[in-house]
Amino acid sequence: MHRTRILDHAVLILGALFLVLPVVVAFMTSSHEAAAIHSRGLMLSPGGHFVETYEKVLTRQGGFTGQVTGARMMMNSFILGIGFAAGKIVLSMLAAYAIVYFRFRFATLAFWVIFTTLLLPLEVRIMPSYEVMSSLGLINSYTGLIVPLLASATGTFYFRQFFKSVPEELLEAARIDGAGPFKFFIDVLVPLSKTMIAAIFIIMFVYGWNQYLWPMLMTTDERFFTLMRGIKQILQVWIGSQIPDYNEAFALAVLAMLPPVLVVVIFQSWFIKGLTESDK
Amino acid sequence: MAMQASVTRPLEGSTMKRVQFSSPLLPYLFLAPQLAVIVIFFYWPSVRAIQSSFYLEDPFGFGSTFVGLDNYLGVLANPEYLAIARFTAIFTALVTFFSLALGLLLAVKADAVIRGNATYKTLLISVYAIAPPVAGLIGMMFFDQHIGPFVKIAAFFGWEMKVGLSYFDTAFAMVVIAVWKQIPYNFIFFLSGLQGLPASVREAAAIDCRSGIKRFWTVIFPLLAPTAFFLLIINVTYALFDTFGVIDVMVKDKAANNPITLVYKVYMDGFRGNDIGGSSAQSVILMIVVFVLTVLQFRFIERRIHYT
Amino acid sequence: MATIEIDKVSKVYHGNVPAVSEVDISIADGEFIVLVGPSGCGKSTLLRMVAGLETISSGTVRIGGRVVNDVEPADRDIAMVFQNYALYPHMTVRENLAYGLKNRRTPKPEIEARVAEAARMLELGPYLDRKPRALSGGQRQRVAMGRAIVRQPSAFLFDEPLSNLDAKLRVSMRGEIKRLQRRVGTTSLYVTHDQLEAMTLADRLVVLSGGRIEQIGRPLDVYHAPASTFVASFIGSPAMNLVQGELHGSRLAIGPALIDLGKAVPTQGAVTVGFRAEDLQVAAPGGTAGHVGTMPLRVDYVEELGSQRLVHGTVGDQTVTVALGADAPLSGEMPVAVPIGRLHFFDAETGRRLAWSSVEAHRTTTAADLLEIAR
Repeated sequence: MHRTRILDHAVLILGALFLVLPVVVAFMTSSHEAAAIHSRGLMLSPGGHFVETYEKVLTRQGGFTGQVTGARMMMNSFILGIGFAAGKIVLSMLAAYAIVYFRFRFATLAFWVIFTTLLLPLEVRIMPSYEVMSSLGLINSYTGLIVPLLASATGTFYFRQFFKSVPEELLEAARIDGAGPFKFFIDVLVPLSKTMIAAIFIIMFVYGWNQYLWPMLMTTDERFFTLMRGIKQILQVWIGSQIPDYNEAFALAVLAMLPPVLVVVIFQSWFIKGLTESDK
Repeated sequence: MAMQASVTRPLEGSTMKRVQFSSPLLPYLFLAPQLAVIVIFFYWPSVRAIQSSFYLEDPFGFGSTFVGLDNYLGVLANPEYLAIARFTAIFTALVTFFSLALGLLLAVKADAVIRGNATYKTLLISVYAIAPPVAGLIGMMFFDQHIGPFVKIAAFFGWEMKVGLSYFDTAFAMVVIAVWKQIPYNFIFFLSGLQGLPASVREAAAIDCRSGIKRFWTVIFPLLAPTAFFLLIINVTYALFDTFGVIDVMVKDKAANNPITLVYKVYMDGFRGNDIGGSSAQSVILMIVVFVLTVLQFRFIERRIHYT
Repeated sequence: MATIEIDKVSKVYHGNVPAVSEVDISIADGEFIVLVGPSGCGKSTLLRMVAGLETISSGTVRIGGRVVNDVEPADRDIAMVFQNYALYPHMTVRENLAYGLKNRRTPKPEIEARVAEAARMLELGPYLDRKPRALSGGQRQRVAMGRAIVRQPSAFLFDEPLSNLDAKLRVSMRGEIKRLQRRVGTTSLYVTHDQLEAMTLADRLVVLSGGRIEQIGRPLDVYHAPASTFVASFIGSPAMNLVQGELHGSRLAIGPALIDLGKAVPTQGAVTVGFRAEDLQVAAPGGTAGHVGTMPLRVDYVEELGSQRLVHGTVGDQTVTVALGADAPLSGEMPVAVPIGRLHFFDAETGRRLAWSSVEAHRTTTAADLLEIAR
């Protein structure tokens, strides 16, 4: 029994190192100077240029037009993450409410129209989506960045599953208590869904924050760049330079992963609950 | 629960609530925002994709001609496309296998230990939230010619690793990075699957079977099979589509000698090569792949309802 | 307070056999009616049609003289207690009790007074600010009752409210429901599959099977004169013995036993005969005295209940259960006797009680008797 337990811990420690060490190294290395990194390689201990590097990454006017700073990109990432999560919750809760709690003629049709979107990820219809966006004049706008990403059924699917698990007697009791569709939604269903909403918010925030391909296509104006877009940028500038700005690249990577990682770690239990229960 | 209800009471379809509101307008009102977004940003582009896959578009924007299945035939006859398809298949198989296997291994171990359980869990989950391009960037540093520790380790064993130049080395790095990013996801699901197993079943197994490994493969793993199947589909989808960020960061728009996947090819042909018809035909081919995967998943979920 | 009239009410789900067909029940003001039957008999569907949670396929429901077929549940002036309580988990006990009144725009002081009154009646005072999950099963049940009481409705509807409680609590809550209903005097319709609950609570009980009424009557009338073999086997525990018999003139043959009924009966040939386990006795040695029938019982096994022993055996090839005193003598084969007047006769084909089959005058019943019968 004891022998296996030591082995278990060894496997877990190795696994944790494999997963977490690159992140730690990225953070440590980002606090050294580029030249030092170039000559000595990746670092495992903190260097003395933390404030300097991060200040530079956050505030320096970069890009071709000089209009974009790291702080600006970070703000855009937050706008995308939060806007996407909030939009997703509102749209999908309303849609799921209609599907689960109403009897109407086109219910089945509506269900299929929505759930067919699970079939095709954005990546496979990226070209025509781009064309549609440009014909709607939504390139380089927050609307264009956020709204098209809402065109999927994931959130609706989660809420539908959750609503179906709410005991039917609650609706019956509420109807006898004189609650109509609006009152039931606001007085009973929304408060009951609090944990679910939090979990979905976290999942969707991470999803939105981490979007890469879509923002890359939708934003040519650097004022709308997100951190993910910035990463591509920094790599493009890189090609051909003598000593690449390793420190700044790492700093940008740290900024890009910090918020979602923190959110996931802090709200771990909600997040796991939302993630694993929604597949049922 | 729904199943149970249908036994005791005659229902009008077990997916429906027994009691529902009926209102001529409200449900449509609630559905309208979601439907509007979906129709404009999902159906319209999807139909356009299918449509333009049958047309040859003039690169200067002067109209297009109907060419039937020519785009498809062109794509499928292209040896480059077939090579990419083969790479995609191998890449998907490797990423799926290793991220599932490692995720399962770690979940089983984390489930077995009591001391430090929460710490391990937090550490193993934390990387989940890292975006593919960020993973690609960090990975690139580890495989960098000058500063990458992995390159040095490989050199120690006489492997002169040239990620970005050598096709094989780049592919190797891609698989490692893609697996690294996906392990936490599988870990989360396997762990919650394990913790959801009834204690009585484990106890019964412990009484019936002495060997822990045998017990795992004969009792625990079959019970985890539903989770594993679900994850299999998710991981295949991940390797096919979500790795776009990793690949894009690693090949930096210069696909020349580098391994890329089918999705990346769609993007390259559509946005860099301006081959709208060919790119659309590729999109549609991918749509069919996803469609098959999803149907598999749905059929399977249906079946799982009967298990539980 | 109100009467409830259920008039030829049916429920048909798309193209299926009717879940409820042509049920007529007339409930007096303040009466406590229990709908009882096995699961799937339509009792819950019937209740839910009265509540307005289920549409009525045909027939009419009147509450207080008003036809309510198309009236929203909230406007029927009823309150309902659910099997799983259906308390709003995110609201405190106080908010749960007040929610229905608030939706009715009851003035605030009035709400507070009524909540306080209900809390006092149900001894919920100390729990008013707790959430349902912090309460025990019995307390949740009381909150569910409280939610019905504060509304001061014209009728209470109970949908198996005690099935989620453990056996002991069920008995005490049963008493509490009865006491409360007496006190507020509200017309009540109560659904259960538990015949003991039905017997003890009901002013009148309605036995349902396959969506149809088998019998309506006062508990003891139903017990002593079941209208069909279904009712006979459903009401009372242990279930009434039902055996196949053969009538010839004034004589009844049950397997090897021949019983003289003393007078010719209108029916001849095959018949279903019923008799309760507790009406059987060990036959006195050396023949039977008086107006009784004797049967040879081969004993299979005996259940000791402490206060009595249940002897399970066969007469011919038909199983029969006999309830004997705790110290009754036992042997492998023994004659048992039943008073002729305690025999019930049912049509062998339809299972309906034969009109001429009558029972001796009911003995005077005490509460203790009732419990014993039910046990």
